[in-house]
Amino acid sequence: MILPSLVLILIGGGIASGIAARRSVVVARWIAVASVLANLSMCFGIWMAHLDRSQSSTARWFVECDFAWIPQFGIRIHLAIDGLSLALLLLTYFLGVMAVLSSWTEIQERVGFFHFNLLWVLAGITGVFLAVDLFVFYLFWELMLVPMYFLIGIWGHERRIYAATKFFLFTQLSGLLMLVAIIALAVLHHQSTGVFTFDYEQLMQTALSPRTARLLMLGFLVAFLVKLPAFPLHTWLPDAHTEAPTAGSVVLAGLLLKTGAYGMIRFVLPFFPGPSHELAPIMMTIGVVGILYGAVLAVGQTDLKRLVAYTSVSHMGFVLLGVFAGNQIALEGAVVQMISHGISTGALFILAGLLQERMHTREISAMGGLWETMPALSGAGLVFAMASLGLPGLGDFVGEFLVLLGAYRANVPLTVLATLGLLAATLYGLRFAQNAFQGPNPHHWKLPDIRPREWAVLGLMMACLLWIGLYPQPVLKTVRSSLAAAQQRALPQEIVRR
Amino acid sequence: MLQLLWLVVAIPFVSAALLALFGSSLPRRVVAILGAGSIGLSTFFTLLISAAFLISPPADNAYVLHLWTWMSSGEFHPEIALYLDPVSLLMLLVVTFVGFLIHLYSVEYMRNDEGYARFFAYMNLFVASMITLVLANNLLLLYLGWEGVGLCSFLLIGFWYREPQNVRAAGKAFIVTRFGDTAFALGLFLLFTRLGTLDIQEVMHRAAVQWSPGSGIAVEAAALLLGGAVGKSAQLPLQTWLPDAMAGPTPTSALIHAATMVTAGVYLIARTHVLFTLAPSIQFLVALIGAATMLLAAFSALAQRDMKRVLAYSTISQIGYMFLALGLGAWSAAMFHFMTHAFFKALLFLAAGVVIHAVHEQDLYRMGGLRKELRLAFWSFVIGGSALAGLPLITAGFFSKDLILWQSWAGPNGSAWFWIAGMTGALLTSLYTFRMILLAFYGPQQAHVKAVSGVAVRISLIVLCFLSVVGGYVDTPPDFGGVPALSNFLNSVLPPLEELHVGPINETITALSASTVFALGLGLAYLLFGPQRSRLPAHNFLERLWLAGWGFDWLYDKLFVRPFQWLTRKSARDMVDVPINGLAQVTILGYRALRLTQTGRVRWYATGLAMGTVVILAIALFVH
Repeated sequence: MILPSLVLILIGGGIASGIAARRSVVVARWIAVASVLANLSMCFGIWMAHLDRSQSSTARWFVECDFAWIPQFGIRIHLAIDGLSLALLLLTYFLGVMAVLSSWTEIQERVGFFHFNLLWVLAGITGVFLAVDLFVFYLFWELMLVPMYFLIGIWGHERRIYAATKFFLFTQLSGLLMLVAIIALAVLHHQSTGVFTFDYEQLMQTALSPRTARLLMLGFLVAFLVKLPAFPLHTWLPDAHTEAPTAGSVVLAGLLLKTGAYGMIRFVLPFFPGPSHELAPIMMTIGVVGILYGAVLAVGQTDLKRLVAYTSVSHMGFVLLGVFAGNQIALEGAVVQMISHGISTGALFILAGLLQERMHTREISAMGGLWETMPALSGAGLVFAMASLGLPGLGDFVGEFLVLLGAYRANVPLTVLATLGLLAATLYGLRFAQNAFQGPNPHHWKLPDIRPREWAVLGLMMACLLWIGLYPQPVLKTVRSSLAAAQQRALPQEIVRR
Repeated sequence: MLQLLWLVVAIPFVSAALLALFGSSLPRRVVAILGAGSIGLSTFFTLLISAAFLISPPADNAYVLHLWTWMSSGEFHPEIALYLDPVSLLMLLVVTFVGFLIHLYSVEYMRNDEGYARFFAYMNLFVASMITLVLANNLLLLYLGWEGVGLCSFLLIGFWYREPQNVRAAGKAFIVTRFGDTAFALGLFLLFTRLGTLDIQEVMHRAAVQWSPGSGIAVEAAALLLGGAVGKSAQLPLQTWLPDAMAGPTPTSALIHAATMVTAGVYLIARTHVLFTLAPSIQFLVALIGAATMLLAAFSALAQRDMKRVLAYSTISQIGYMFLALGLGAWSAAMFHFMTHAFFKALLFLAAGVVIHAVHEQDLYRMGGLRKELRLAFWSFVIGGSALAGLPLITAGFFSKDLILWQSWAGPNGSAWFWIAGMTGALLTSLYTFRMILLAFYGPQQAHVKAVSGVAVRISLIVLCFLSVVGGYVDTPPDFGGVPALSNFLNSVLPPLEELHVGPINETITALSASTVFALGLGLAYLLFGPQRSRLPAHNFLERLWLAGWGFDWLYDKLFVRPFQWLTRKSARDMVDVPINGLAQVTILGYRALRLTQTGRVRWYATGLAMGTVVILAIALFVH
């Protein structure tokens, strides 16, 4: 029962927080922190119990829970956790706590409803990472969407309605394609076996003609590519990330994007091994285009949050490259990249939020010389900028290096181009670090430096990045068996070829 | 004793972290003790370890300390492991010892700076990264140190961050070296994909077994590593960042130029020398790049007005000598010159710091006549400058440069051309060195001394003076009855050079020519820039070209910087959004158009109904 309770605690916590805010805002905030922390500790418990087992055991799932819901269509509430979902859930709750803490002073209006939405988004994300019934998966996929729409639309910045609508339309439309593909898959399965089911492992065995497989795969793939986001489906992201409040940006960049990558690894690769192998060169190319395009656009931005948003496009290009490179090193690198990008970009958004709270602007040209007045905050900013540009010793480097190392085997020219992305990353990293913190202080800013609560948030994130950067082994070990299972079906050709 | 090796790396890392986190709340005395003391402690352990290494060398003359597996994925298992052999030991000794002297000097030199703790945090991190680079047993860990020194140089060049030109110089250093680093990273992908490991010894072993000399893959691998090396070591075509790096505090320049950073490229090539031996064309390219950089930078040094820029171009030029040696296979000669250069270049920079502090002036043409008031700085310049220019027999630079010059003739790849280039470089070195000394310390006094140096500064200078003189005696030519102790020590790792060309020129003639060239340079400098000082700063085209570093900055600005800036400006508003917003616009227009029909007038609706019925009936009729 531990898995449903992960979802239920957040659902209930959201409602409780919403009600409590009528009496005390602080209590509402603490309820939110407590419910996410409860989930974090539960996941941590599962992790500790299964860390050593993850490689030896033959069982697919660490923990599983399964009961019937709509028997007529074989829809079951089937939740299960394996290494991949566990790692992403740990990230979810870690960033969830950070998101609540970082909006402690930023959000002053409709605090209850804010936390309600925030926790419900997290509940949706939890469900997405847990569901192994495709119908339930789709439900949670949609559950993520609506509260996020409110988070952007109500607590966002100047162009929040435009951004929220754009976000909603992009994800909703692509989600519908996925729904069609899911239903088609279930119907085809019913036709060939006579059994109606939405079960992950059963649908995986559905016999499909290559043509159908290709079509159905596209249905899934488009939804995931939009979420990732991949070039040229990325344009919702800069708007949504920029306009969202800090917690919204953290959840968007840190978690929602990861559901796209998760979907590819969990569903696209094992369900459609043939077509994903065929499409791999195209997907890798899209990934590389995203890396370079995102990086070049990031350099040109004047709005700090927009700059960080485009770096996300660039970083998620590495994930796409790694997922479709078709070997273990690249895929494991892609997952490390997902996790460390979640932390480093989340931190950059928190930082941008801290700056906006103090300066009431996100324009980089309005900053400059901030080191003088906020040395600690600037130092933290420098660390995260370095993480983002792939400095060895910090998390992002491990992910990017493994992705590139793996991709080099699959396609040398594309890897060379992707490596140029690291060079472009230097430019946007420095643009942020130098234009905001160094130089003279032409606007004579005198601002309060970082506060203890903010230090705790950024310090923890820094420690995590350093840990992943120097000893990513626990992460790699946790996700290994799930990734192997995803690739097992996907790429027998690769093994033959080598 | 050798298992204490990890402490040498860990101490400066820990102290850097402490200073970065708590430095601003610590008293200055504690900062100084942490900052300089950590490097001192590291040096102490290095000395202990060196003694242990020399007294009882480990098996195969190499010691590996495994710490932990960094990451493990597929067949990729890079470790965090340290590797100590004669080459890394020599580097380690120089880095820690010279680094310590520079730190000691900084305790006093930076005393009145508001960013005291920040300075030492960066400096400690710098030394720690360099030690990591030197001791890494695999190329990935080396890459970590490699990027670490890049980061620290960026931080230190931009240390006085309020000045826009410092910020620009810092960014430039980081970006230009990252170009090289990108090539290096590609080299790592290539090596791992083809050889299945990044362990340095294993890479060289497997490459020697699997690749035939001159094969395409070997050439590609060596070329990519060379790309990394030219970036960090400021060689053509990526040398442009180093002269601007002068923006940092002077001890930083000493650290970048002498002990850390720029020598990393030399070390990388020496460390992976087997790969270069397998790619003779690339090795020849190394020699060519070295010779060309050495000459171009020496000419540039001749025209500079800023004392620190003279020294910067001199560094580029001297690293050019090391590259020349590497390219000719004179591995130990390159390492020897690295060592002596570290001593005298650190000395020159630290002495320059004293001068700059004393007169608040960096322009040579506004100094002059300082030899009486700044006696220690003057003598430091004379000793360091003589070592740089190669004063025969009593300075360290003479022996190391002489070894390179001789091997550029006698080695299997040597030729008269390299020998002539080396001699020309030696002449120019002597000329620009004494030009600098004459302009600053002779002639009419223009600037007045405002500050005197204290004990710590004096100690550092005197120790470095001593080393700049005796440092050369660790390796003296056997032809003169000397003992090449250092070369012998390194020979277990770096194969000795076969001396083939025994033609009209032998080692004695080379040494004599070098001495002549030294004297010639000194004499010329006296005639041109002596106390009577007839020459004005750069006034003809050539000198202006040299002053501007041969116009590389101008060229790169036009070729890369501006087009890229144009691209980022033009693309800042996402083009992909245009069709998407266009779709939204079309939808809105369609909605507006349809809204026009919704008027609320019954007559309109009735007409619409009637028309629709007619159309549908017509379709039904005609289609059947």
